[in-house]
Amino acid sequence: MSETGILSSKSLPLAGLHSRLGARMVPFAGWNMPVQYPMGVMAEHSHTRSAAGLFDVSHMGQVLLHGPKAAQALETLVPADILGLAPGRQRYALFTNDDGGILDDLMVANRGDHLFLVVNAARAEHDIAHLVQHLTPLGVRVEPLPTRALLALQGPGAENALAQLLPDVAKMRFMDVAVFASIWVSRSGYTGEDGFEISLPVGEAEAFAERLLAQPDVAPIGLGARDSLRLEAGLCLYGHDIDEGTTPSQAGLLWSIGKARRPGGDRAGGYPGAERVAQDLAQGPSRLRVGLAPEGRAPMREGVLLWDAAEGGTCVGAVTSGGFGPSCARPIAMGYVPQALAASGTPLWGDVRGKRLPLTVAPLPFVPANFKR
Amino acid sequence: MIKYTEDHEWLKLEGDIVTVGITEHAAEQLGDVVFVELPEIGTMVSKGDEIVVIESVKAASDIVAPVDGEIVEVNDAIVDTPGMVNEDPLGGAWFFKVKLGDASILADYMDEDEYKDMVS
Repeated sequence: MSETGILSSKSLPLAGLHSRLGARMVPFAGWNMPVQYPMGVMAEHSHTRSAAGLFDVSHMGQVLLHGPKAAQALETLVPADILGLAPGRQRYALFTNDDGGILDDLMVANRGDHLFLVVNAARAEHDIAHLVQHLTPLGVRVEPLPTRALLALQGPGAENALAQLLPDVAKMRFMDVAVFASIWVSRSGYTGEDGFEISLPVGEAEAFAERLLAQPDVAPIGLGARDSLRLEAGLCLYGHDIDEGTTPSQAGLLWSIGKARRPGGDRAGGYPGAERVAQDLAQGPSRLRVGLAPEGRAPMREGVLLWDAAEGGTCVGAVTSGGFGPSCARPIAMGYVPQALAASGTPLWGDVRGKRLPLTVAPLPFVPANFKR
Repeated sequence: MIKYTEDHEWLKLEGDIVTVGITEHAAEQLGDVVFVELPEIGTMVSKGDEIVVIESVKAASDIVAPVDGEIVEVNDAIVDTPGMVNEDPLGGAWFFKVKLGDASILADYMDEDEYKDMVS
């Protein structure tokens, strides 16, 4: 954490609130983000799993796509089934490149006469340029929304807490989206818990956040716990677990490619890298993202090299995300290994500070999802 | 006598044995500690050697030997219960004890007032 980083980074609309709540701020993806509050990462993590956590994720990019052919046009950039997405529903999607690599992951919501996209902060500028370049010629108007904040309320207490302010959210199911005047709500998140993501005008965000925080179940949660929660939930972090060098099948994200877009489907292919994805579907990927469970207590973090033997042997992959899982009460990680070593229970070794420590391939997620289907 | 290093260690001298731990400020900055690896008893260490690994939920850090000497005792309790480092950094969560060759080296380190000035 450098002073320069803090000073050159953008401030969140809720920066004043974070400061009053005693947050420790760090630069992340060009923004000053609260990494933790006085409660601390471990307690914030547990609070989200047992009650409700409020996250300020206003750094993420929000974009509207307007035009009668927006869904059809977006299918030229993502392999997800967008035309088949019903109004009031949201779906996870990937921007792919010509090699089938992943340019970003995003959420797409069908809002009737337009689409609402949420993209990663670090990729927002890239994604918006990408959308403008490819979709404008197809008659789509791309409207970035820099004046909207984004909050996430996650955990088993989220429904009750948000329903105090917006009673109708209780009727929503996982991946439903709904509009309440200026407030846009989706029943989704990045923790493996039930919860909501709430887009609202910057000017309304602080008062809304304070009303949520005033409820007994709700505590503010920082970026530190957001990372441990999503790791336990087996969710990818762009730039770490997925990037331009990983394909959807390697990353275990083929479920995000609808039947209609696969070989033999009604609208098969038609997105960048479709040939590579079809090839992976037919032959299976060369390597796979897997869960990794270190046997000892030492966390295995991003970059730890994986070996197929305690001594000698071959380097077979690397950890892409790793740390301590507070709900698992042990170290957990994710990484890529060759398909032949991807079965759960396969023993491997991770090189931690020059020592090869044992681990096993483990099923994802580490903590079962708790969505309201 | 208690002295402090710029690396946020505290050193308590009794006879020719120095007990080493980390300050409350350091423990707070690290966040929840989840893993500690200590040196082996009998290891000869030199000032500046990275001899302890301490990992919080967020990141890994090293603790360096503040003096030359021999490791004569380590605190296995913090290996079994790393959270002690956050709960009792100045007491039960000491890290290791070093037998000093030359006690005068401690004169180079800060006293409590100097350390408080540094972190404030």
